[in-house]
Amino acid sequence: MEEFKILSPSGIVGYGFPEESFLAGVALKPDLIACDGGSTDPGPYYLGSGIPFTNATAVKRDLTLMLKAARDLNIPLVIGTAGGCGADVHVAREVGIIREIAKEHHLSFKMAVISAEFEKEALIEHLHKGRIEKLGPAPAVTDQDIADSTHIVAQMGIEPIMAALDDGADVVICGRCYDPAAFAAPAIRAGFDKALSLHLGKILECATICATPGSASDCMMGYLGKDYFEVEPLSPDRKCTPTSVSAHTLYEKTDPYILPGPGGHLNLLDCTFTAVSDRRVRVQGSRFVPEAVPTVKLEGAKEAGFRTISICGNRDPIFISQIDSILENVKKRTATNLCADFSYRLDFIVYGKNGVMGALEPTPTVTSHEIGIVIDAVADTAEHSAAVCSVARAALLHYGYEGRIATAGNVAFPFSPSDVKVGAIYTFSVYALLRYPDPLSLFSRSYEEVTP
Amino acid sequence: MKIALREVASVIRSKNAGPFELTFDVILKTDDMFKKMREADVINKKTVAALYCIEESDVISVVWFPSAKAVKATIVRPMASGALGERDVYGAQQHAPLMNFCFEL
Repeated sequence: MEEFKILSPSGIVGYGFPEESFLAGVALKPDLIACDGGSTDPGPYYLGSGIPFTNATAVKRDLTLMLKAARDLNIPLVIGTAGGCGADVHVAREVGIIREIAKEHHLSFKMAVISAEFEKEALIEHLHKGRIEKLGPAPAVTDQDIADSTHIVAQMGIEPIMAALDDGADVVICGRCYDPAAFAAPAIRAGFDKALSLHLGKILECATICATPGSASDCMMGYLGKDYFEVEPLSPDRKCTPTSVSAHTLYEKTDPYILPGPGGHLNLLDCTFTAVSDRRVRVQGSRFVPEAVPTVKLEGAKEAGFRTISICGNRDPIFISQIDSILENVKKRTATNLCADFSYRLDFIVYGKNGVMGALEPTPTVTSHEIGIVIDAVADTAEHSAAVCSVARAALLHYGYEGRIATAGNVAFPFSPSDVKVGAIYTFSVYALLRYPDPLSLFSRSYEEVTP
Repeated sequence: MKIALREVASVIRSKNAGPFELTFDVILKTDDMFKKMREADVINKKTVAALYCIEESDVISVVWFPSAKAVKATIVRPMASGALGERDVYGAQQHAPLMNFCFEL
């Protein structure tokens, strides 16, 4: 094979893409359709709760197009980080959707499902054997962190996906996956260079974000040769330029030259980006530097209590001029009026002051004629958080601040009911590296002959 | 003469780099400005720390990237993404202090 062609339909399964772009990619007879299904970007809730952040209806629409095209062309379909976070419960939702599509469209194929979730006991054993290492500014993992977590996953590399393809899978649904691996594994298996395959995967996993104008919801084509790869967007409205593609290397990374992943890092110091046409770019010179003992990245989340919020606003210049002291006093008043025998955390987010940047805000002075306030009450149970929010809301509404002349109520509520029960909330509990000589053995594979 | 960063940059953005780091990308409009700014060391750990009122030790790296005419700075996130007290889960709206940054060459 001279060139390996990869169709990347969308930045994330369920983010959508224009069917026209997709069909233009299918017409180019790709050797693989691959799509990333997740991210830690939406925060810890989705991993912790097991609820996907992608919508089932939108996911089904995207997967239907991908699955039908992959079966028509008889090429593999690889989905990374299924269901948004790639724990078993997320993967199960995607597998259910795949079965539905097969039934509705009369498709038959062999499906591999690769688990990325860890049993706590196994992970505690890894910890005790010194295999879990601190990662950047994240805190070191303790036994308690593991015990408290609701889900802990590891980012798989290329090995389990290659093994699934070796076993004859047509469709590979991965749990948590290093984003580029879903794209790179089939290419490396076909004999293409590991560094170029992974670097191409790094670009393709974001679909057309590396194009101009950029988007996570449009299709991108990747062409992998012996000593190069090329990318070109499938919509005529977008183009790739050497600057847009190299600039993408910056995106969401700590260092644009050294990109760590499972088993080693990509070194892009000697990369060149050249225009092949006014919308197609060739990349060369990527290198892969393997680790002596491979690592995989661990991600876990645990419950952090229950939240109730209330959204309100104020347009009174006297109130706004005293906002800090008023909120401090409302906190005190809430404590007095509530007499809570449980622990809670009451916070006010003030838009118009430092709502967006919090502690990082260099100019926390209000210059606006109005401010928005979010009352954020977190406690050990849903009922307790609702109680804190309710008492704080009442205290804020009627607090008699210095010089008050608008005596009917201090805030405007846009909604009735004013308080929103958010439910259980989560926090990242494990973010670390697991160093293990046989990463393939960490990810179990199961197979299913899917029939209509 | 004072130069406003937003006048010479085509992109100024912030984003999470994983749940524990926040990264800033500044892509300059011209190679010439990239070279001048790099030579003058206009953006370094000290300037980033000052812009965000944080300790210099919380600035993880500042890297100049010629092929994209870009300079990238990464800091320790004030808290893990989504933790109690969070204001910006994706970290995508923390760029304004850089946008207001002015310098002399």
